[in-house]
Amino acid sequence: MELWELSAYELSARIRNGELRAKDLVFSVLQRIREMEPLIHAYISLDEEGALRKAEEVDARVARGEKVGALAGVPVAVKDNICIKGGRTTCASKILENFVSPYDATVIEKLKAADVVLLGKTNLDEFAMGSSTENSYFGPTRNPHDQERVPGGSSGGSAAALAAGEAVLALGSDTGGSIRQPASFCGVVGLKPTYGRVSRYGLVAFASSLDQIGPMARNVRDTALLLKVISGYDPKDSTSAPVDVPDFTGVLDEGIEGIRIGLPREYFAEGLDDEVRERVMEAVDLLEGEGAEIVEVSLPHTKYAIATYYIIAPAEASSNLARYDGVKYGFRAEGEDLYQMYCNTRGQGFGEEVKRRIMLGTYTLSAGYYEAYYLKALKVRTLIKQDFDEAFKTCDLLATPTSPTVAFRLGEKVADPLTMYLSDVYTVSVNLAGLPGISVPCGSSDGLPVGLQLIGRPFDEETLLRVAYVVEGSLKGRSEP
Amino acid sequence: MEYEAVIGLEVHVQLLTESKMFCGCSAKFGAEPNTQACPVCLGFPGVLPVLNRKAVEFAIRMALAVEGEVQPFCVFARKSYFYPDLPKGYQISQYELPLCIGGYIEIETDGGKKRVGITRIHLEEDAGKLVHEEAYVEAGTSLFDGNRCGVPLLEIVSEPDIRNPKEAHDYLVRLRQLVMYLGICDGNMEEGSIRCDANVSVRPKGSKELGTKTEVKNMNSFRNVQRALEAEISRQIRVLEAGGKIEQETLLWDPEREVVEPMRSKEFAHDYRYFPDPDLVPLYIENEWIEKVRSELPELPWRRKERFVAELGLPEYDSEVLTSERETADYFEDVVASGVPPKAASNWVMGEVLRVLKEERVGMDAFRKRIGPDRLAELIKLVQAGTVSGSIAKKVFEEMRTDPSSPKEIVEKKGLAQISDEVELSRIVDDVLSEHPQEVERYRAGKVQLLGFFVGQVMKKTRGKANPKLVNRLIREKLG
Ligand SMILES: [Zn+2]
Repeated sequence: MELWELSAYELSARIRNGELRAKDLVFSVLQRIREMEPLIHAYISLDEEGALRKAEEVDARVARGEKVGALAGVPVAVKDNICIKGGRTTCASKILENFVSPYDATVIEKLKAADVVLLGKTNLDEFAMGSSTENSYFGPTRNPHDQERVPGGSSGGSAAALAAGEAVLALGSDTGGSIRQPASFCGVVGLKPTYGRVSRYGLVAFASSLDQIGPMARNVRDTALLLKVISGYDPKDSTSAPVDVPDFTGVLDEGIEGIRIGLPREYFAEGLDDEVRERVMEAVDLLEGEGAEIVEVSLPHTKYAIATYYIIAPAEASSNLARYDGVKYGFRAEGEDLYQMYCNTRGQGFGEEVKRRIMLGTYTLSAGYYEAYYLKALKVRTLIKQDFDEAFKTCDLLATPTSPTVAFRLGEKVADPLTMYLSDVYTVSVNLAGLPGISVPCGSSDGLPVGLQLIGRPFDEETLLRVAYVVEGSLKGRSEP
Repeated sequence: MEYEAVIGLEVHVQLLTESKMFCGCSAKFGAEPNTQACPVCLGFPGVLPVLNRKAVEFAIRMALAVEGEVQPFCVFARKSYFYPDLPKGYQISQYELPLCIGGYIEIETDGGKKRVGITRIHLEEDAGKLVHEEAYVEAGTSLFDGNRCGVPLLEIVSEPDIRNPKEAHDYLVRLRQLVMYLGICDGNMEEGSIRCDANVSVRPKGSKELGTKTEVKNMNSFRNVQRALEAEISRQIRVLEAGGKIEQETLLWDPEREVVEPMRSKEFAHDYRYFPDPDLVPLYIENEWIEKVRSELPELPWRRKERFVAELGLPEYDSEVLTSERETADYFEDVVASGVPPKAASNWVMGEVLRVLKEERVGMDAFRKRIGPDRLAELIKLVQAGTVSGSIAKKVFEEMRTDPSSPKEIVEKKGLAQISDEVELSRIVDDVLSEHPQEVERYRAGKVQLLGFFVGQVMKKTRGKANPKLVNRLIREKLG
């Protein structure tokens, strides 16, 4: 096995006890990146120099017998909508093409404290708006399982980097499925934490009430490790929750005897690909075989989720993206007066999908429409939350497909935004309700990965990881440390 | 036809918090441009606001002081518009659920006391400042100063209860006095600490219906408010008298030319698209917090004034002057607390103390450090004990402005103690009388006004140190 193929928990253990040099690991991953990037295009920018410097620092400290962080020397890719001080943070947009952040996101401070090696910034749909990573100013990322297909989105760069061996761990962000859907398409694990579990400070906002940063990895244990490092209350984020951070890896081996898993009827209805349904049901059977109790539940307001999401998210986005006006930083197009400068800057600086959503959001927040759209959407959002509360009275977590299909072809849905939006049908409710969700691979269809989504109670990521770990172990067989 | 105006005021008060409303930057006025700014207040990608609880406390103080209703929970909303001084493209303000609803401020009118209702009080952040320097303007460029971005403001919206520019002026004076009393604003109009916009309409006197209103902006002093309102009211009356119609519009006051002029339409035709800011959780204000703030509230100026009249027996006028600023009233009360009769203390504070403040253009805080209330009290007590006369005391007071010694020491040092020794004064009076035989004769012939002349002569001989009461008595006895 090459070093770049190994898991984070194994690599960090070996680095910390001096068995493996972090620098050799970084070399191995950088070499892999050089081979794969021309095919995949997972990254927008790479920081080879910084990565090597950090690896050397870790090696030196290990050699001196000093204490190093929990993920010392592990190469991590970061979605390019998370700010790293001194480096470019583009959000895959022309408008921020040359924007250099003057500060670190809170998750980056935490990663630095854990002594990870930051490799670079991964591709995404512009401002995280999209489900295929095709809406990137820097061009699309390709799915390592089939380069004619999309990696999903918007954290497609992070998912593809993991699947291609171009990173050991990655950070994504999830507003309506942007971690889970690409994880599913690329056959990796992606977790969207409970809203408030991870600080949003330094995550370039798309839809503030829905956005969460989350861990992505090639296995469940690595996902748990990374989640532990980035979680926790942050006084810089008023919406972060003052709750304790458990040791997410501690529960992995506890098994799932007696856990009640709910299958929401509405998530297995029309529009779901047959093979995807089969893989998911096989995984459910397998969980039952491991001692879980399977119950059927209903989330009756599911049919309104996409509409609700596409009112709330663009409304917040239209406001969050108002700051990109050419005045203070980023791209500026000249104009004969201030008004023309604004129009030209935003007209040329944003891509089609971003403009579409800004217009949608501006419309629904306008005087005379606010009550009919935004306010109503907030009310439906409450109903969707209540659906979940009700369901969790009879089960401990829910199991669903992550996406109705496997990875689709590049260009297949670009011309039809509505079909594209529907690929989020199983994921958006989780964001609307602020719940944790994970996508874990559960087999494949025609060689393309299928993802199982598990949805949990607020702040109960432990149960999700525990169940995902069983799925992973049963399907892959496990080579434990 | 006789008209009356209907005026409502929107006043922005800059809060005196150490730091800004949503970040840790200093909120102090006057620093070098862009030295008090950070990614948060400059609206960089990815930043989040964190509410300054001190600003909330200040807002609660104001709400309680005007007897408004502090809302158990309120929400911050984004007000969207594009302007280069607004880094995020929206201002964090409050809209549907403000911090306080209701309340009033009382003013004095010719017809007696009048309550101007408060519609609402809410918190919001300030925008930055565009600097138009000549060299840059020529190049088609303006400069941006982010120091003011995110400085906390309190917006106080009045009911349309104001009927003329004088009332508007008096309302603002009261409001300024109040925010300074509460310690939540420095009251400095030139630095923009208090800003005022007005909604104005006119209607035939006696009519109950409201006319079409205009909004008048850019009135940056109390005098300007009064003049701008006068100008706008007469403009509206002129239009109506000529059979015209008032357009609903926003007008700018031009203080140089003393006219109101319409703003260009593009600058105000906004749909602000308010919606709750998802970066900030709703603000819950528990009763305990409100009660704590209430218990720490200073006595309000009008209450204090009433107390000075009722309990200290001061005239209305004295009470008004002494309570106009909290520091003055505090100083006065400290003097009284040191054992000086209120009226004597009032005379000294209103007379000498306020004169010095004005002369030296210093604040009460600075003055208090030089002549503390206890030191002034000691001086006044010397007068009361007859150690020095009133006029000598003023001399001692002058010395005290630069000499930190106690009044008693100054009196001794300068030999200013009053001569109350009857034997000694009797001798001096005898001298004076014998030196002025003609005046003595005229006095005895009935020209009793000459008493003052003799007293003056005695004072001259004693360099003002003679006890005037005693001198009076002695002269009367000797001539009687
Ligand atoms: Zn700041």
